[in-house]
Amino acid sequence: MNIPLNASQLDNNGRRVVVDPVTRIEGHMRCEVNVDSNNIIRNAVSTGTMWRGLEVILKGRDPRDAWAFVERICGVCTGTHALTACRAVEDALDIQIPYNAHLIRHLMDKTLMAHDHIVHFYHLHALDWVNPVNALKADPRKTSELQKMVSPSHPKSSPGYFRDIQNRLKKFVASGQLGLFKNGYWDNPAYKLSPEADLMAVTHYLEALDLQKEIVKIHTIFGGKNPHPNYLVGGVACAINLDDVGAAGAPVNMTSLNFVLQRIKETQEFTKNVYLPDVMAIGGLYKDWLYGGGLASENVLAYGTYAQTPYDSSTDMLPGGAIVNGNWNEVLPVDVRNPDEIQEFVDHSWYRYANGAKGLHPWDGETAPSFELGPNTKGTKTDIKELDEAHKYSWIKAPRWNGHAMEVGPLARYIVAYASGQEAVKEQVDRSLATFNQNTGLDLGLKQFLPSTIGRTLARALECDLVVDSMLDDWHALVNNIKAGDSSTANVEKWDPSNWPKEAKGVGTNEAPRGALGHWIKIKDGKIENYQAIVPTTWNGSPRDSDGNIGAYEASLLNTPMERPEEPVEILRTLHSFDPCLACSTHVMSEDGDEMTRVKIR
Amino acid sequence: MSHIETFYEVMRRQGITRRSFMKYCSLTAAALGLSPAFVPQIANAMENKPRTPVLWLHGLECTCCSESFIRSAHPLVKDVVLSMLSLDYDDTLMAAAGHQAEEALEDTIEKYKGEYILAVEGNPPLNEDGMFCIIGGKPFVDQLKHAAKHAKAVIAWGSCASWGCVQAARPNPTQATPIHKVITDKPIIKVPGCPPIAEVMTGVITYMLTFGKLPELDRQGRPKMFYGQRIHDKCYRRPHFDAGQFVEEWDDEFARKGYCLYKVGCKGPTTYNACSTVRWNEGTSFPIQAGHGCIGCSEDGFWDKGSFYNRLTDIHQFGIEKNADEIGTAVAGGVGAAIAAHAAVSAIKRLSGNNENSEDTSA
Repeated sequence: MNIPLNASQLDNNGRRVVVDPVTRIEGHMRCEVNVDSNNIIRNAVSTGTMWRGLEVILKGRDPRDAWAFVERICGVCTGTHALTACRAVEDALDIQIPYNAHLIRHLMDKTLMAHDHIVHFYHLHALDWVNPVNALKADPRKTSELQKMVSPSHPKSSPGYFRDIQNRLKKFVASGQLGLFKNGYWDNPAYKLSPEADLMAVTHYLEALDLQKEIVKIHTIFGGKNPHPNYLVGGVACAINLDDVGAAGAPVNMTSLNFVLQRIKETQEFTKNVYLPDVMAIGGLYKDWLYGGGLASENVLAYGTYAQTPYDSSTDMLPGGAIVNGNWNEVLPVDVRNPDEIQEFVDHSWYRYANGAKGLHPWDGETAPSFELGPNTKGTKTDIKELDEAHKYSWIKAPRWNGHAMEVGPLARYIVAYASGQEAVKEQVDRSLATFNQNTGLDLGLKQFLPSTIGRTLARALECDLVVDSMLDDWHALVNNIKAGDSSTANVEKWDPSNWPKEAKGVGTNEAPRGALGHWIKIKDGKIENYQAIVPTTWNGSPRDSDGNIGAYEASLLNTPMERPEEPVEILRTLHSFDPCLACSTHVMSEDGDEMTRVKIR
Repeated sequence: MSHIETFYEVMRRQGITRRSFMKYCSLTAAALGLSPAFVPQIANAMENKPRTPVLWLHGLECTCCSESFIRSAHPLVKDVVLSMLSLDYDDTLMAAAGHQAEEALEDTIEKYKGEYILAVEGNPPLNEDGMFCIIGGKPFVDQLKHAAKHAKAVIAWGSCASWGCVQAARPNPTQATPIHKVITDKPIIKVPGCPPIAEVMTGVITYMLTFGKLPELDRQGRPKMFYGQRIHDKCYRRPHFDAGQFVEEWDDEFARKGYCLYKVGCKGPTTYNACSTVRWNEGTSFPIQAGHGCIGCSEDGFWDKGSFYNRLTDIHQFGIEKNADEIGTAVAGGVGAAIAAHAAVSAIKRLSGNNENSEDTSA
């Protein structure tokens, strides 16, 4: 499929369809598309509709506090910004953390990854594929057979179990109060599952709801709470005491380590017995719906994460790198410090740059708001009917790597890892494709299969599986390291700001659940002088840049046929496959804070 | 007014027996810290009180409150959503989007005028005519006022809705504004925290549904049952504070022994919340137990009270700085325990004196 990737190639003559709010995402987002006479999407406009401004709030504050502020960028990917902030500060001040802290941070970060992926699939994404009303028609015995076929090891598979759930659902629907399912698109032909598959998936929606609250308890052990566990510059705050006086009241002791191990195993079981089989089964049943690839087959970016050896990115479990122009044979190195590589553009964003600058590297980033609507906007400033995408139209900036719009996220990570020859990832991907082809009777190649909405959703599930398995390794490594006599969890040599240089700058990177995440900090006289973050949804949800290159969300929607344009099932399905996080993408803020440009309707 | 099903009707309809229903009532009583004598009252309330629609709006926020809510273990969130209330609008979880989502909101406002609960996560920005947070092409503040107009009561989830939280930290560029400054004619229950504890959130809701009234609030509008005491008052490390045993720096031998975190910045002594009693994530742990001081996330303006690692000596109303410092010096310097103990006692005396005052002045 040839996807046009520049605004100049898009056709906005057809009927305009507006979706606002886009629901089942984090934050606030709007999407407008044009469909042609065959109801195929020919133009797509993605808009971030919120803006909070954390970076200016950070100015002048204690760099050791930054993690807590930026953690509140997002409560869904909770912790990933905190971790990245600690890394940025530690990079600036040249602080290396103890090995135990490295492992505990990985355990916490992977806990987030697993939790986020599972909640995303079942509670934010599943209703794009699964019809809970259709599940009422299912035969519980056949659902039981389906469950045993899809996942022989899952213990919750009896006909009675599914009948109970179905009865509960029947009574819920019969009440007429559909709650969260109200006004869904339940008679739309875009839903293709059998009643039995729908019942199985709805049942797992509920099972996942119960399980997700267990996974996060790993954060509670190491970080005291979830959402928003506590982090610490220099290591972790959860001291280790296994066998001395006070161990019972210490954060990390034998019981809490056992507790963590138990949560890892539960998550592993759920991922292998429920999550991954569900994604494969549902993907197979939607085998004819291979839309949504967009930028993924062309340009993808990852910073890499989960180094086996601390501070050695060549040991990353998921390697970093960039692929452009669809050349999967070459993974290009990425340097987040190079001022020419990563730049943000604001031609179509509600910001302006001083001195007419085009793109700016985040260390030199500017974020002055400029809320203007273009001349072809329909409606008024406070009642927008249709946006004018030829002008400014989003609170999200447009980051580019060497001028390219890039897709980030689990699919981007998996394409980069596959192309880099990461063995575990290759094995997972090849096996999944073979199973998919076998189940569907298709003979798809990797590049037809992986860059798609289904491929994006599958990559997330595969990643969850890989990451949870590696948590067991981390847990054993932690225990072995303690056994070897190392109980250290924090490096406090530079805790006192009097030991800091007068000026310093640093960068922290991570792979957040939604993709490549970078925080850039400048420290002066012990205080934050400048702070900039480029988050995954800034990449994926970006508007057009000065050259008209469109972002990943917009690209992914193009050429997709809609069953009923007034019911945006297909739009939601593909947008959700990115797991949008709008509070993340639009938190940036002006230098001076309170000076706001008035809106101009031209 | 259309008939709204009672709790009991819903539970019966879902195949729950009378016996299980009564068991549920007694568990509810226990969870709320009530004596068994209250069980018949709860049962009566649940048999006769209508099942309430809830509209859950999102302004400028990070969704941590929703994430916390779905962590609730008792009651399980699936039971809350399927059986206890009717969550008719919540843009984080609802199936419908766009026009169909907006219709769902309007339907409930029309159909259940004066009967629904409005739950608000996040807050409205007032700068730029409210367009820093846009829903359906319009400012969020419009949706908020519209939905509040016919609400029976309003819940302010978390520190954003209650106080303003991080986006309202200096210089508050978007003029993010707590909801009580925008909704002035309705009772508002503040459930602060960043986020609030899951079981506190569901506890507040089940209390309202069960007893058919708002929980008793302090002067700041917080339920007394969860926000009536400071974290310090019930902290398991409190004996170490009283004994003058403090963590001096991260990962020192005292950190490993679980000593008091006051000297590394713990805000437990000035933070009103249930973290040290209810604890987090089904009672698994809480920040102090995991080795990091409390950052005071349920308090008004906690972002602007200095570094999270500054000792509370900076905060005037606390008033024990000198003594507590002396305690620390004495311990660190290995000076006799008797002096430390003496200082600690005087510190506690002054602290408890303060305690009595702050029961009222906290509001």
